Amino acid sequence: MSCQFLLLLLLSVGVSAVEVQRPRGVPLSKRQFYEEGKPFTCLDGSRTIPFDRVNDDYCDCQDGSDEPGTAACPNGSFHCTNAGFRPTFIPSSRINDGICDCCDTTDEYNSGATCQNTCRELGRKERESLQKMAEIAKEGFLLKQQLIHEANRGLEDKKAKLGDVQGSKKDLEAKVEALRTVKEAAEQPEREAKERHLKAWEDQKALIQKEKESARMAEVFLELDDDADGFVSVPELLSHSELDPDADGSFTEAEAQGLLGGVDKVDTAAFESIWSNVKEKYMSEVRHYTSFFFLINSKFHVKFILFNFGFGICFRNLEKEISFDFGPSSEFAYLYSQCYELTTSEYIYRLCPFNRVTQKPKFGGSETNLGSWGKWAGPEDSIYSVMKYEHGTGCWQGPSRSTTVKLTCGKETVVTSTSEPSRCEYLMEFTCPAICQEPPNLEISSHEHQEL
Amino acid sequence: MAPLLVLGLALCLSGTWAVDKGNFKTCEQSAFCKRQRALKPGESPYRALLETMELTNTRLTLQLINDNNKVRLLLELYRLQGNITRVKINELKPLKPRYEVPDVLIREPTTEPLSVLSQDENGVVLSLGVESQRVIISARPFRLDIMEGSDVLMSLNSRGLLAFEHLRMRKDTQADPEAEKKEEADPANQAETTKEEEEKVEDGMWEETFKSHTDSKPNGPSAVSLDFSLPGVEHVYGIPEHADTLRLKTTDNGDPYRLYNLDVFQYELYNPMALYGSVPVMVAHSAQRTTGIFWLNAAETWVDISSNTAGKTVFGKMLDYVQGSSETPQTDVRWISESGIIDIFIMLGPTPKDVFSQYASLTGTQSFPPLASLGYHQCRWNYNDQEDVKSVDAGFDEHDIPYDFIWLDIEHTDGKRYFTWDPHKFATPKEMLQGLMDKKRKMVAIVDPHIKVDGNYKIHNEIRSRGFYVKNKDGGDYEGWCWPGSASYPDFTRADMRAWWASMFAYDQYEGTMENLYTWNDMNEPSVFNGPEVTMHKDATHGAWEHRDIHNLYGLYVQMATAEGLIQRSGGVERPFVLTRAFFAGSQRLGAVWTGDNAAEWGHLKISIPMCLSMGLVGISFCGADIGGFFKSPSTELLVRWYQAGAYQPFYRAHAHVDTPRREPWLFGPENTALIREAVRQRYTLLPYWYQLFYRAHVTGEPVMRPLWVEYPQDLATFALEDEYLIGRDLLVHPVVEEGARGVTAYLPGKDEVWFDVHTFQKHNGAQNLYIPVTMSSIPVFQRGGSIIPRKLRVRRSSTCMEHDPYTLYVALNLQRTADGELYIDDGHTFNYEKKEFIYRKLTFANKVLSSVNLAPDAKFTTDSWIERIIVLGASKPSKVTLKTADGQEKQLEFDFDASMSVLTVRKPGMNAGADWTMTFQ
Repeated sequence: MSCQFLLLLLLSVGVSAVEVQRPRGVPLSKRQFYEEGKPFTCLDGSRTIPFDRVNDDYCDCQDGSDEPGTAACPNGSFHCTNAGFRPTFIPSSRINDGICDCCDTTDEYNSGATCQNTCRELGRKERESLQKMAEIAKEGFLLKQQLIHEANRGLEDKKAKLGDVQGSKKDLEAKVEALRTVKEAAEQPEREAKERHLKAWEDQKALIQKEKESARMAEVFLELDDDADGFVSVPELLSHSELDPDADGSFTEAEAQGLLGGVDKVDTAAFESIWSNVKEKYMSEVRHYTSFFFLINSKFHVKFILFNFGFGICFRNLEKEISFDFGPSSEFAYLYSQCYELTTSEYIYRLCPFNRVTQKPKFGGSETNLGSWGKWAGPEDSIYSVMKYEHGTGCWQGPSRSTTVKLTCGKETVVTSTSEPSRCEYLMEFTCPAICQEPPNLEISSHEHQEL
Repeated sequence: MAPLLVLGLALCLSGTWAVDKGNFKTCEQSAFCKRQRALKPGESPYRALLETMELTNTRLTLQLINDNNKVRLLLELYRLQGNITRVKINELKPLKPRYEVPDVLIREPTTEPLSVLSQDENGVVLSLGVESQRVIISARPFRLDIMEGSDVLMSLNSRGLLAFEHLRMRKDTQADPEAEKKEEADPANQAETTKEEEEKVEDGMWEETFKSHTDSKPNGPSAVSLDFSLPGVEHVYGIPEHADTLRLKTTDNGDPYRLYNLDVFQYELYNPMALYGSVPVMVAHSAQRTTGIFWLNAAETWVDISSNTAGKTVFGKMLDYVQGSSETPQTDVRWISESGIIDIFIMLGPTPKDVFSQYASLTGTQSFPPLASLGYHQCRWNYNDQEDVKSVDAGFDEHDIPYDFIWLDIEHTDGKRYFTWDPHKFATPKEMLQGLMDKKRKMVAIVDPHIKVDGNYKIHNEIRSRGFYVKNKDGGDYEGWCWPGSASYPDFTRADMRAWWASMFAYDQYEGTMENLYTWNDMNEPSVFNGPEVTMHKDATHGAWEHRDIHNLYGLYVQMATAEGLIQRSGGVERPFVLTRAFFAGSQRLGAVWTGDNAAEWGHLKISIPMCLSMGLVGISFCGADIGGFFKSPSTELLVRWYQAGAYQPFYRAHAHVDTPRREPWLFGPENTALIREAVRQRYTLLPYWYQLFYRAHVTGEPVMRPLWVEYPQDLATFALEDEYLIGRDLLVHPVVEEGARGVTAYLPGKDEVWFDVHTFQKHNGAQNLYIPVTMSSIPVFQRGGSIIPRKLRVRRSSTCMEHDPYTLYVALNLQRTADGELYIDDGHTFNYEKKEFIYRKLTFANKVLSSVNLAPDAKFTTDSWIERIIVLGASKPSKVTLKTADGQEKQLEFDFDASMSVLTVRKPGMNAGADWTMTFQ
C-alpha cells in the first residue's frame, strides 16, 4: 500500500515537472550519461562511440544503452515521461510498432500510428482510485484494530471455556458410555431377533430406531451448541443455513427463533421438543471429526457398528480454534465459523474461512467441496494475503479440487469473484478489513521522496 | 461411498492410460485385409490380353483376365508430363461404377505420347521417352516393369499379388433381375461367366461385425490390391500418418501400416496403427535414385513392406558383397484397399526434388500461409472467457514473449454449436477480437464438422432442410455421438454443401467474427464417439457412394470448405489459415496439420520429428505437434525442451488438455520463462527464412522441414536419421529431446561442407559426428557454409509488428569462400503475390563481393525494410568494405572483425531490402 501512496505523491509532482532536454527514451536519472556532443560510453562500459551514434537506429552497445529511443537493440528499454501520469519503461521493441504504449504517445513517433495522449485522464483516474483505496485502507485499518481487540477477548474466553469443557468432558463421556450401553443393548436384540424371527425383529426395530434417534439428537445438540454453554441459541442456529425453513437463501433470526419454538435458546430437554424441526435438514459441519461407520445391508437398514458419540466435538473444536493461525494479531479470527457466499450465473460459491470452500449448482444438484483449509500461502513478505484450501472433491482424471483465496483490503468482508483458471483449481477474490495495512504517514514520506 | 467410487474410477482410469488397442482393428479383424493378406506371392492368375491393346496418342489400354474366374479388368497406362507413369486398373464391366477419387488431383494430368518399341506374344515394350526409360508389359502372367537402360526401377505384380475383387450379386439372396438380364444380353461375357469358378463366400464378405458394430456391406467384397518391387531400394518413407520412425519398417512380423483416418485416444508410439490422417504416398530412396508411388484411393488401406535385406547385419551384408553372391537389395511393397479402383502414379524421380515436384504437379503444393501463422500460437482447451483471453494476452506483454495467435477450443461455443459463442463467457467477441487486433494479434476459433442435432440451432436446421447431411444405410440423416451429444455430419463430399458451408464464414453469417479470426477444424476424421473405431459407419452414404469409399477424404473436404469460406469472406483477398487434424493427399493446399492428441512425454517430443518429416516428404510442410504435449502435464524440463524444439518446426503451437494445470510460459519461474522467451524469440528472428521457405514450398512442392538425405542423397549415413533434420537446405537442427541431456551427437553431413553453430559461430567440418555439450538453454542449430540467411533481430510482440523492420544477413562462407541465399518479401497476408506483388532476390557472395540481384524482375513490391547489418561467418579481415547502390553511389562501411571466431560484422549498410546493390570486401 505504501508504494501506492508514494505514487500518488509522485503523480501530483509529475504534472508540474518541466521536460529536460535529453536523448529520446532516456530517463532523467540517466541524463548525465548522455552528454550532447561528447563521446558516449555504453552504460556497461563495454565501448565508447561518437555521440551521433546514440539513437541512430543501430545497436552498438551490448547492453542496448546507445539506443534508448529506437527499437534497434533487442534488450533496450525506453523511458516514457508520461507527464500527468506515472513514468514508465517499456521494452524498446515497442517503439514504433504501431501500438500506443506510453500514454504520452512518445513511443510512436515514426510509425504512422495515431495515439492520443491519455496521461492526464489516466492520472486523474489513478489518483481517484488511489484516493479511494487510501480511504478504504484507512477505514479498513480502523476496523482491523477493532477486530484485533475482539479477537483477543474472544480468545481468552475460549481458553477459559476450554478449561470448562475439559472439566465436563468426564460427564459427557459418562453420558456417552450410558448411551452406548443403551445402543448396544438395543442392538443385541436386533441381532437375536433377526436370527430368531423376522416378525419379532420388526417389532424391535421401532425401539432401536428410537434409541438411535435420541443418540443422534444428543450429538446434534452438542454440535449446534457452538460455545458449549449447554444451550442451543439463535446465533448458533444461524450458522446452519440448511435449516432455513423456507430455504429462500436468507435464514433470518425470526426463522431461527421459530425453529427453537419461539425462544432464544433451548437446553437439552427443550431441544427434544424441537428436534423434529431440525433433524431432517440438519447437516453436520464437522462430520469428519466424528467416527461414524456405517454398513448398509441389502435392506437399506443402517446399522451402527460403532457410534462414537460426538462428545469430543466441541472440545476439539475449541482446541482447534485456539490453535489456528489467525494472523499476527488474530485479526482474522472473526472469519472463523463464518461463511461468505457469491452467486454466479451457474453456481453458488461458499467460502467458510479456516474451514472449506464449496460450490453448489444454482438450480439443484449436490454441493462440491472445492478444498478444505490448508494454509496461508502468500509470498514471503505478505503471507496472509493468500489462503489455500486443498484436498477437495477429486476431479475426473485429475487432481483433487483446490482453491486459492486472494485477500485484499476492504471495509466489507465479501467474496468479490471466483474463477477456475485450470480445471479444478479455483481462484477466489476476497476482501476484508483484516488484511488492511496501516496507511503510511503522508507527511514523512513526502519529504523523503520529493527528490525523485 | 462417493469418495470410494471416485477413487475406484481414478484407479481404473490410470490403468487405461495408453491407447485401447482393442478399439481399433488389426488386419486380422478387417475382413478384406485378412482376405487379401492371405494371398501369398506366387504366379498371378492375371493374364494380359495383348490383342485387346489400344494405343492412342495419350493412353494405352489393355484388358487383363483372371484365369481363375474369367473376370476381365481394364488396364490404362499413361505417360504424364514430368516423368510420371500412371496405371489405372478397373473392372472392365463392373456391376455398378466403382469409386474414383475426385478433387485430389489439381487438374487432369497432362499426358505425353507413348510409343511401342516392340511387341510379341509375350509382351509389349513401350518407350517412356525419357532417358531410355521403358515399360515392359508381360502377358503371362501379367506384370509390368519399368526399366531405365538395363536397370529395373520398379515392377508391378512381380509377386503376383494383384487382386481385384469384382462386384458381384449376393448368392444367398434374391438376385437383381435387371443385372441378370444384362449379363444374358452380352454373349461374349456369358460364355465366360458360365465357366466362372464357384466363388468362395467367406465370412466378412457381405457383413462384418466389430465390437457390436455391424457393417452391412450391401456391395459385398470390393477390395483391390497390388504389389510393387523396388530393386536396389532399402529405404522407404512416407505413408503418414503413423507414430513411427521416419524410415518405414518391414511389416512381415506384424500388422501392415494402416491408412484409415481415426481419432485415436492416447495413441501409442512406434507402431503401424492408423492415426488422424492418410497420405497414400510412399517415397523410395537409394544412393542412385529416388522414386515415389502414389496410390490414389480414399478407402481403408493397408500397406505391407518387406525387404530381402531386412534383418541382415552389416556384417552379413558385407559378407554378401565380398562373396559376390548377394542378390540386389530389394524392397517389396503391397497396397490393399477396401474399395474403389487401382489408380497409381509412379513418380520416377530421379532426385528427391524431382519426386517432390512430380507429386506437386499432381496434387498441388503447400498453401502459402499468412506470415503471422508462422509465429507462435498459444492454445489451450480452453481459454475460459474473454477475461481469460485478455489476461493471457497481457501475460505475454508482461513477460515480453511474442505471439501471434491465441486459440479457443470447443468451450467457447454456445453448447458446442459451432459458429456460435457462449453468451456468458464470450458475450462480446468483437470487442475481444478488436482488443487483439489493437495489439496486431489474431485468434483461431474451432469449428468442427459434427453438428448438434437441435431444432433451435440455425446451422443444423439449414443443413437438414437442404438435405446436406450424410445419410445412414436406411436413408435417414446419419446421427452419432460427439462433443455436443447427438450430432449429424454434413456431407462435405458435395460441392453444393461445401459452397454453403463456406458461405457460413461470411462476417454477417458467423456473428461476432472479424478478419483476425481464423479457423481450426478438429474431429474431421470424422470422429464419432459411438461409431465403429470411433468413426463413421462404412455403410453410411454420401449420395451414390458409401462412406467406405470416401472415408479418408472426408477431413480434406472439411478443410477445403472452411478455407474457401475464409477466402470468400475477404472477397478473395486474404490468405486463409485453417488447421486440420484429418488429412489426405492434397491437404497441403489447404493449410496446416498437427499431429493430434499427443502426450506430455519425452517420447512424444522425440517422435514429433519423424512424424512431421514424413508429412513433409509427401507434400504437407505446415506440420507441428502440440508443444508440451496434449494429455498429461509436462515436467518443466520437458516443456522447455519442447518449446526449444518446436521453435524449429513449421507449425509452432502450444496446446493442453482441459484437465491439465495451466502452463502459460511464465508459470514456471523466471528462469524457465527466460528460456522459453529465448526459444520463441529465436523463432521470430528466423521468420523471414521460414517465410521464404514456405514460398519455395508453395512454388516447388519441396518440404520446408526435410530429412538430411534429401540434400545429401548419396550419404548413406543420413538415410535413417530422424533425431536431426534440415530447415530448407541451410539450417541443420538437432533438438534436445532426452531428459537430463548433457549433450547430443549431431551428424554434420557433407565432406566438403562446413557448418557454423548459429549461436557461437564456431565452425565445424562436415561428414563428422559432432558431440555438443548442452545446457538447458542449448538448441543445437547449424548454418551451412555456403548459405545466406536473412533474419530480423528486432523481435517484437507479434510478427505483424515486425513487418517494416530491417534485416540482418548471415553470410556463412564455405570452403570456396562463396555463399548464396534468397530474400522474399511481400505483404504477408494477401493473395497479391499471385499478381506479382513481391520482392524476390538472389543474394550471392563470390570473389569477395556480396550482391543482391532481382530474381523476379517482372514483380513489383516496395518495402520499408532495409539491411541493417551483415554478418559474415568464416570471414577474413578486409581492409575496407564498400557498398555500391543502384544509383552508382559508393560508400565505405564500418565493420567489426572478431578474429577469434572469424566473424565480420558490417555496420548499418542501410540499403533498402528490395534494391540492387553490391558490397565489396577488399
